[in-house]
Amino acid sequence: MGEFRLTTPIIEDAVSRLKVGDTLFISGTIITARDEAHLKALELHNEGKLLPVNFEGIGVFHCGPVMKKNDAGEWTVVAAGPTTSARMEIFEDEFIKAFHPRIIIGKGGMGTRTTKACQEEACVYGAFTGGAALLAANRITKVKDVFWLEELGMPECLWVCEVKDFGPLVVAIDSHGNNLFLQINEHVKANVTKVYKQLNII
Amino acid sequence: MELFKIIENVATELLKLAVTKLPDSIEKALLKALEEVQSDVAKTQLQTIVENFTAAKTSLLPMCQDTGVVSFFVKVGEQFPIIAELTEILRNATIKATQSVPLRPNAVDLFKGNTGNNVADYIPWIYWEIVPNNNVLELIAFPKGGGSTNISKLGLLKPGEGLKGIKKFIVDSVVDAGAKGCPPYFLGIGIGGGEDIAMNLAKKSLLRPVGEHSKIPKIAELEKELLEALNELRIGVMGLGEGPTVLSVHIEVAGRHPASLPIGIVFSCWADRHAGARIDSEGNITYLSF
Repeated sequence: MGEFRLTTPIIEDAVSRLKVGDTLFISGTIITARDEAHLKALELHNEGKLLPVNFEGIGVFHCGPVMKKNDAGEWTVVAAGPTTSARMEIFEDEFIKAFHPRIIIGKGGMGTRTTKACQEEACVYGAFTGGAALLAANRITKVKDVFWLEELGMPECLWVCEVKDFGPLVVAIDSHGNNLFLQINEHVKANVTKVYKQLNII
Repeated sequence: MELFKIIENVATELLKLAVTKLPDSIEKALLKALEEVQSDVAKTQLQTIVENFTAAKTSLLPMCQDTGVVSFFVKVGEQFPIIAELTEILRNATIKATQSVPLRPNAVDLFKGNTGNNVADYIPWIYWEIVPNNNVLELIAFPKGGGSTNISKLGLLKPGEGLKGIKKFIVDSVVDAGAKGCPPYFLGIGIGGGEDIAMNLAKKSLLRPVGEHSKIPKIAELEKELLEALNELRIGVMGLGEGPTVLSVHIEVAGRHPASLPIGIVFSCWADRHAGARIDSEGNITYLSF
């Protein structure tokens, strides 16, 4: 298991070197997008309309941050840990195919649809420690822009962030069809019978 | 200062305390987990968690961006001079804390969307308890994150399934939860009562400090047995398959209908956040420790 540092825009070759279990740090641009932003982005895409941001080669961050305006009227980040990625499983594959990000950042892992899209489009999924919102915020060097704030609200809108050494991320889906969380799920399922016996359930 | 103002200030402070400083017993449990863990993967995750809550404590900023849906446990003496106005005071405190801490606006109206101030119909939710022959107000702020709320469960078992059924439901719920709610988890479990009572007791049990077991010996045994067995599932820290899955199991039991065996499970992520204080009729404040 290696440690990698990548800068956006990330090229396909750099992503294909990553394997599940590797540790990854990202510098450059990541944009927050959760349930509502995924929905809206895909709706616009399907209507043939342009988005206000370009996800190509950069990171999508499953995160609804706490942001605050400073005295100069600029947005600054207060807390910005990952949200549960499983909620985005229903449309992440479409999102990857439509917008070609190179890395999806979140927590808790994603399913087979996302794994397939990552393989087809050379994308990876990196898991950040859930709840570690201040450490994540410290790695965001600048809030560059915000879109859809009025309409979707602070947690759901698109925050365009400049990051430096954002991580440690555990590569949990690589671009070769491997999914760390699904592998662990299989181990957990195998442990269930043992636990049932231990508790005299069976 | 007027008692009104004192209560509002304390409630605002409790919300800030809850999201910036973990209860002592929770902090201790996480530090112990870090000390004992063998695996490098789990150690890195636990180190990140500890660094993060330490940074929150020193910077007085929220440890997690999900500052939760706000609820308060209110235990008020019947002779405490302010009761009827408490709901309004707690709503105002929530709006103030949203600005000053700041908290993420997390109250969403079904039709109008995010209210922007953490206040909505019934939110903050208040768990009321009136205490006879008493003149003290006890307030506990309990903001609960969405990730661990989404994996919580209610089971309406058949009484014939008995203790085995209860244990199986708990194991299966933890398996279903997997990595989704930021393990290592603190588990609150309510058994009996009814569909709402079991969930209510489950949540309330999380207020019991970690390390303190049920006063009912058989339940205390069950808590210990479950804690040990659930960790054998090896979901692990952040669901990465290594290190502890559950750090504590708390069970409360109520009487039940002969035809029903309800069981409620309230998961808390590692950031099991709550803070409390007592205010007497003169406005003297004592902060609680958990």
